[in-house]
Amino acid sequence: MASEEAARRGSSHVAAIHLKLGALSGVVKDALTFSFEIACQGTALEGSQLIIEDVPVTIQCSTCRAEHATNTIQDLRCPRCGGTETKVVRGKDLEVVAIELEEAEELVS
Amino acid sequence: MSTVPRMVEVRQNVLKANDLLARELRERFEGAGVLVVSIVSTPGAGKTALLEYTLTRMRGDGLRVAALVGDLATENDARRLARSQAPVKQIVTGTICHLDADMVRRAIDDWTLEDIDVLFIENVGNLVCPSTYDLGESLRLVLMSVTEGEDKPLKYPTIFNTADVAVITKMDLADAVEFDLPSARQNIQAVRPGMTTMELSVKTGIGVEGYLEFLLSKLKHRVYV
Repeated sequence: MASEEAARRGSSHVAAIHLKLGALSGVVKDALTFSFEIACQGTALEGSQLIIEDVPVTIQCSTCRAEHATNTIQDLRCPRCGGTETKVVRGKDLEVVAIELEEAEELVS
Repeated sequence: MSTVPRMVEVRQNVLKANDLLARELRERFEGAGVLVVSIVSTPGAGKTALLEYTLTRMRGDGLRVAALVGDLATENDARRLARSQAPVKQIVTGTICHLDADMVRRAIDDWTLEDIDVLFIENVGNLVCPSTYDLGESLRLVLMSVTEGEDKPLKYPTIFNTADVAVITKMDLADAVEFDLPSARQNIQAVRPGMTTMELSVKTGIGVEGYLEFLLSKLKHRVYV
């Protein structure tokens, strides 16, 4: 996705990728960081940085209507009223927010 | 000469391609009136046993059932399921640890969806990666067997969170392994508040009628979650 975007915008190298990573995305940060470098080898992303913004889970309780950020994904009941009708409103993110492109060097005629 | 990098906003979901395909599949399934039920669990929790039982019983009740089954290397599961005489297709994923929407799309390519009432999709045995991939299913069952311990939901909250129903299997072994059912239920409710939970054993038949009735009610009402 990032190398396509870079090519479309006339850049030959991606310097960094900014990624939003939700606690409930199903992706393990360490595994992602580890494999990122390997996946980038030989592509327009070689040597690029992966900048991850962790997104904690936020639930909305349909009983007391309040939104709560949680620091665990092991208990998604409403921390205020104990309600079990909660909806995950944030925290499933796996989104490339932005990329940093290095301009192709200008051709000297 | 090095240049200052230029920041470009992208805002794209990494799994956008899969999500779009899954949405297309869901529309096709709904259009053809097929209830699509996917099953996820660890290897050995009893997905294939439950599915073989379900296919046989539903076929016996005159329902047109079919199944796709994902596996890394063998076609053993498809052979087992074929004993139910329902149409079954194996998706051998090679080294890939989960099914994705495109594999499902290719697998159903030569099937007429209008001829199917319920399509089951058995995912690769894995509680991690399948959670991220929408397959276009209407209902996702997550299985955990009593031998795995009560804390499975706490160890794999994400898969429980993406599933609609938790099914505790091998209940015939519950006493032997001192399975603590109230604690298991509590853990499921913690990671997925309000989740429908069932306990059964296809070996002894405990709980299977309630489970089948539940699936039939989804089929009758075509409730898409």
